[in-house]
Amino acid sequence: MFNRDRWNEILEALSAKPLRTFITAFGVFWGITILVILLAASKGLENGVKKGFGGMSTNSMFVWANSTSKPYKGLPQGRFFNYKNGDVDAIKREFKDLLYVSPRNQLGGFRGSNNVIRGTKTGAYNVYGDYPEFIMQQPMKILKGRFLNYEDISQRRKIAVIGEGIIREMYKPEEEVLGSYVKINGVNFMVVGVYKSISNMGGDAEESQKQIFTPFTSFQQAFNYGDVVGWMAITAKEGVPITDLKPKIFDLLKSRHTIDPKDDRAIGNFDLYAEYSKINGLFVILTVVSFVVGGLVLFSGVIGIINIMLIVVKERTKEIGIRRALGATPWDIRLQILTESVVLSLIAGMAGIIFSTGIIAIANSILDGIPDSSQVMFANPSISLGIVVAALTILVVAGLIAGFIPAQTAIKTKPIDALRTE
Amino acid sequence: MIEIKDLHKSYKTGKSELHVLKGINFSVKEGELVAIMGSSGSGKSTLLNILGILDEADSGTYVLDGVPIKNLNETLASQYRNKFLGFVFQSFNLINYKSALDNVALPLYYQGIKSKERNEIAMSYLKKVGLETHSHHLPNELSGGQKQRVAIARAMASHPKVLLADEPTGALDTKTSYEVMELIQGINDEGKTILIVTHEPDIAAMCKRNVILRDGLIVEDKYITQQRVTANV
Ligand SMILES: Nc1ncnc2c1ncn2[C@@H]1O[C@H](COP(=O)(O)OP(=O)(O)OP(=O)(O)O)[C@@H](O)[C@H]1O
Ligand SMILES: [Mg+2]
Repeated sequence: MFNRDRWNEILEALSAKPLRTFITAFGVFWGITILVILLAASKGLENGVKKGFGGMSTNSMFVWANSTSKPYKGLPQGRFFNYKNGDVDAIKREFKDLLYVSPRNQLGGFRGSNNVIRGTKTGAYNVYGDYPEFIMQQPMKILKGRFLNYEDISQRRKIAVIGEGIIREMYKPEEEVLGSYVKINGVNFMVVGVYKSISNMGGDAEESQKQIFTPFTSFQQAFNYGDVVGWMAITAKEGVPITDLKPKIFDLLKSRHTIDPKDDRAIGNFDLYAEYSKINGLFVILTVVSFVVGGLVLFSGVIGIINIMLIVVKERTKEIGIRRALGATPWDIRLQILTESVVLSLIAGMAGIIFSTGIIAIANSILDGIPDSSQVMFANPSISLGIVVAALTILVVAGLIAGFIPAQTAIKTKPIDALRTE
Repeated sequence: MIEIKDLHKSYKTGKSELHVLKGINFSVKEGELVAIMGSSGSGKSTLLNILGILDEADSGTYVLDGVPIKNLNETLASQYRNKFLGFVFQSFNLINYKSALDNVALPLYYQGIKSKERNEIAMSYLKKVGLETHSHHLPNELSGGQKQRVAIARAMASHPKVLLADEPTGALDTKTSYEVMELIQGINDEGKTILIVTHEPDIAAMCKRNVILRDGLIVEDKYITQQRVTANV
């Protein structure tokens, strides 16, 4: 159906009026350029925002204890309670769909007083007691040494993994960090690793580089926490949204701590999955909007092609009449006009895709040049192969639609009437 | 070759109806060279267009080389035109962005012949009309006579059974007209059936048979002694 002869026929016809062909093609070129750039920009924004999650397991939530808001079984309203190690075990036991249940404790905090001493230097840092799997839930880069392990947990080793922000403040440049000691609330911990945070969730990118992680058990022992658990980071297995498990987990915790089942405020939580889903939904909408806006611009380009093809057909009525006198069947004519408009829109569209990917490449190299790119809510704007294929499909369909009406007009005219026109 | 019986054709323009052909009976045998004459508006072109399956009669029968031409769909009509008929028009009707060679090759393209063979055939017909040196010229780089010779080559290229020419010399001066007629006589000598519509008595005299139309009817139909062009120049 699409042999070299037909191809030549089309190129000949299109190049007979090069300027007009170019101007017609421009509408589609422009439409596809805008479509692609909008999609890439929304992808860039999405990448930028999601970069903030730094590869955190998004199917997670954090659970802490507030005070009760309802009296229950003789216990007063406004009662404070603490989670215990036993709660962690119970949750792990009851819910097989959970991937990680990490108990956490924390010293320091917002505008805390100095709690860390090294030689003559002092600092106020957040110090956490954690389990080894915490690094799976909130990934960080280990620059030197290692992260916590289960030996540390079972032997209650007084060791610490510290952020590179702390190194900058407490160490001289040439000093060996691994094996050195820091004194936390009067207890010496040996540094076994240095991390670099890759997420900026919870806000402060600067602060997130200045934390200290110690084994959970060592923390409880060193700072007299007994079996108190400050809060928990809970991650569910893939395919089981943590948001769905949340109510049952809360029910378990409420019954273990004698809290009214209807007390919604006693248990505090931050549901990362729900937040992430909201953001995801936002970007789905943004992508749809990009498609609609780009599609509409493209549509006006298609109208342009219909318009020009109608003129072309009108102008070539006589030529079409001659061709039919020489034996062109209606299908020959229809096919020629359809392929002309498809080829026209495809060429224009591909030029648009090439042009817009060029712009995207320039944008990327500018973004790469920004020194502190973690502060920019825009990263790596890009289009996927799928989108390119979709765009090309749209173009072929657009070309077919654009050619259809003119093709029908062309074959509706009787050959004799076509020949008679001047 | 051609057989028509009681052919009627009228045109509707708004409310009025113009009865152009009022019962034409007419047959042409293979190898004839017929001139169709008559005053302007007598229906010559209308008849030729019906014979060329470019238009359809309202009633009557038309049999072309044993094939009844009736109620054809456009696809079949195109195929018949391609196989049976060659057209030569007063205004040449070459495609202006195609070279002489490509113009001649066009009917072969619609026959699905491959480009190499197509160009060979087209070239041989261009040679026949004496224009092989102009094969790559565009129509507007050719004189009127040359254009008409390209058009004749194109009409012949698909090897039709009948050649239909509507005032082929109408746009040409006497000398070029005679050159074109010489070519047509040559083709007829090889056995091709040819019908020519013309106003000019000298052109009609170069044919073998003259048919005269008046008011949609054939009023005269006679065989004549053909004048050879070579004798005139
Ligand atoms: N498409 C049409 N619609 C309406 N009337 C038409 C149409 N074509 C031709 N006619 C009329 O039919 C009549 C015959 O036309 P035709 O073209 O056959 O004449 P002709 O003999 O070829 O004349 P000429 O020598 O001027 O070419 C004319 O009166 C013309 O006005
Ligand atoms: Mg006429």
